Amino acid sequence: MAGAAPIFDEMTLADGAVRPAYETLARWLQSIPPDLLATRSREAEALFRRIGITFAVYGDAASTERLIPFDVIPRVLTSDEWGRLSKGLTQRVRAINAFLGDVYSKREILRAGIVPEDLVYRNPAFRPEMNQQPVPHGIYVMIAGIDIVRVDGDTFYVLEDNARTPSGVSYMLENREVMIRLFPELFSAHRVAPVENYTDDLLATMQSVAPRSASSDPTCVLLTPGLFNSAYYEHTFLADKLGVELVEGRDLFVKADVVYMRTTEGPKRVDVIYRRLDDDFLDPLVFRPDSALGVPGLMSAYHAGNVTLANAVGTGVADDKAVYSYMPEIVKFYLGEEPILKNVPTWRCREADELKYVLERLPELVVKEVHGSGGYGMLIGPKATSAEIETFREKLIADPANFIAQPTLALSTCPTLVEEGVAPRHVDLRPFVLTGRDKVRIVPGGLTRVALKEGSLVVNSSQGGGTKDTWVLDS
Amino acid sequence: MLSRTADNLFWLARYVERAEYLARIIEASTRLANLPSAYAGTSNEWESAVATAGCAHLFYQAHEKATRETVIDFLAFSPDNPSSIRSCFEVARTNARSVRTALTVEMWDAINSAWLELSKYRASGLNQDENLANFLAFVKETGLRFDGSAYRTMLRSDGYWFSRLGVMIERADNTARILDVKYHVLLPASETVGGSLDYFQWSAILRAVSALTAYHWVYKESLKPWLVADLLILNDQMPRSLAACYESIVRNLDSLSLAYGRQGPAQRAARATRTRLENARIEDIFQSGLHEFVSDFITENNRLGAAITQQYLT
Repeated sequence: MAGAAPIFDEMTLADGAVRPAYETLARWLQSIPPDLLATRSREAEALFRRIGITFAVYGDAASTERLIPFDVIPRVLTSDEWGRLSKGLTQRVRAINAFLGDVYSKREILRAGIVPEDLVYRNPAFRPEMNQQPVPHGIYVMIAGIDIVRVDGDTFYVLEDNARTPSGVSYMLENREVMIRLFPELFSAHRVAPVENYTDDLLATMQSVAPRSASSDPTCVLLTPGLFNSAYYEHTFLADKLGVELVEGRDLFVKADVVYMRTTEGPKRVDVIYRRLDDDFLDPLVFRPDSALGVPGLMSAYHAGNVTLANAVGTGVADDKAVYSYMPEIVKFYLGEEPILKNVPTWRCREADELKYVLERLPELVVKEVHGSGGYGMLIGPKATSAEIETFREKLIADPANFIAQPTLALSTCPTLVEEGVAPRHVDLRPFVLTGRDKVRIVPGGLTRVALKEGSLVVNSSQGGGTKDTWVLDS
Repeated sequence: MLSRTADNLFWLARYVERAEYLARIIEASTRLANLPSAYAGTSNEWESAVATAGCAHLFYQAHEKATRETVIDFLAFSPDNPSSIRSCFEVARTNARSVRTALTVEMWDAINSAWLELSKYRASGLNQDENLANFLAFVKETGLRFDGSAYRTMLRSDGYWFSRLGVMIERADNTARILDVKYHVLLPASETVGGSLDYFQWSAILRAVSALTAYHWVYKESLKPWLVADLLILNDQMPRSLAACYESIVRNLDSLSLAYGRQGPAQRAARATRTRLENARIEDIFQSGLHEFVSDFITENNRLGAAITQQYLT
């Protein structure tokens, strides 16, 4: 089924007609001198390097700071398409929050037999430390990044939920700034919904989830693992736009279950921590004792209700790829609604007959590790050599519960500037969903990632992917 | 603000200031070394450059002889020298990266561009005077650009004050250090012994702190060693004099204590030093020993740095 499906291009249909959303853009692309895109692309790169928007690739000692390639041709969505996506995203994140609240308290979904118990209890991201522990305002995932792919004119699939510390939002914001600077003529020809209010929305979200014991003007901080983290630029960028302190573990301390930061004026109480540090490293007294990045005593302050962590501890149990396959059931169970956004059809290798099906069709499937991320540890059947497939087969048989499989999706493509000119390349989309005590906020669009290699489906920046500005057109 | 952020701002400013000072030392030394020995004497200017930069001990671990090549390489590029221009820019940029949020875009741009630009220069390419001149101009411009960006774009709050404190403590240290190494040419006795030879040494000292023109405006007479010392130590109109640095240090520490509502040992120590500089006369300093005065000052200045760290930065 998968290999044969025609690839949907978001600008040009198979019969050569241009889709309405792209009409102005397509005309513009035809009218410009041939080298204009390449020139602006070089200017964009110089801008990014100058601003210092870099990321680090782990295991790449030679170049610790690299730029994510930026493609100057925007991706365009209509407001109708966005309206549907946005409703679906809100619904999905509401369900994720309900699921987490349940899994760490009454466990009704397990007792109802909808999600298998061992998927939760034996999940390495399940945190027994959070068992029966209330979190401020009952919200676990304040910041979610939901990866969406498109396969045709109507169908969007959720590829992955990111409910821990999703990154990439700084690229969404900076891409737009650079585009406005380089292509003012395009912005006067389109009504593009703005994204620049994201950081205000994020601050409002953080303030809304402050613990009840906080003052009316709660102190929020952003906790970073530090300079050497691959997303460090993003941490500084966000802290700056939020107007909050960018702290490292050593800047914080806990006294009598209250978190303080060390300032030039003495200790100052901290109420909300937007942490970009994994659970494992948060508190050496509770999690990894060798972590020098965390804050001793942080968990006891958290349990005492004196500080809000965004996201909560233990949210990884909801964005696991095995739990992912149950998301349609999870949405129905908590909200009593049909899921607006579909899942990619998924085989759970933990179930014997599904494993058998997967083993028979390895060359045509994508097989992923349940806990993997960043495009590591996955097999893309159609692109793999037979030796790679056989190695993977052994891994799969040895530990089937650790894998899921999906059809090779015919991801949509968008026009992209490559060496030979403008050509279609596969894309995905990561919108960012903010959940506060008062409401859910989503800025229109998100981060579009593009696989720059011809035919490639891997969009991860660690694997040679690039990014694009994403436009939602106001109707 | 976070103590760590304040600490980073303080040291960021210090390192940029230090890099600029090193560039001036190299410039002044090149000039002296190029003079015929009938004018500049036979002393090895490059030895004195190493001493003035305060890294003689490390230098002689890496090199046997102080020559133009070894000294320029060590002071400008050596990664083994934690205070080389290269190391200064590198630490400055690392500090800047970790406090991006406390810097304005212009300050970050000044540091980041300098760091990117630096990779274009190699010690081996600087053998031609023109290349060296371009390199030194680039380093000095970076200092001016960073300083100017801070002055023109930073909020006048604690971050700015800590950054100024870093500049001034470093600047005072640098001025004092050049006096410490060169004090012997300023001593009255050497006037009769050295005669014209020392004239160029005095002008080199002034050049290293960009005060040669200022000297003529202030004193309106030819170079006299005690006036050179007066300008660099006591004249508070001269931006690199010890007196001017301490006036600024006291002002910035006062701003901090006012904003934070309390003062401590750093404020008291700074005021004591400033008062001493205000009350001193250059004749008395020469009488009781220029060398002692300067080395005492260096110690006090270091102590003030430690007091600021203790009070605010940890």
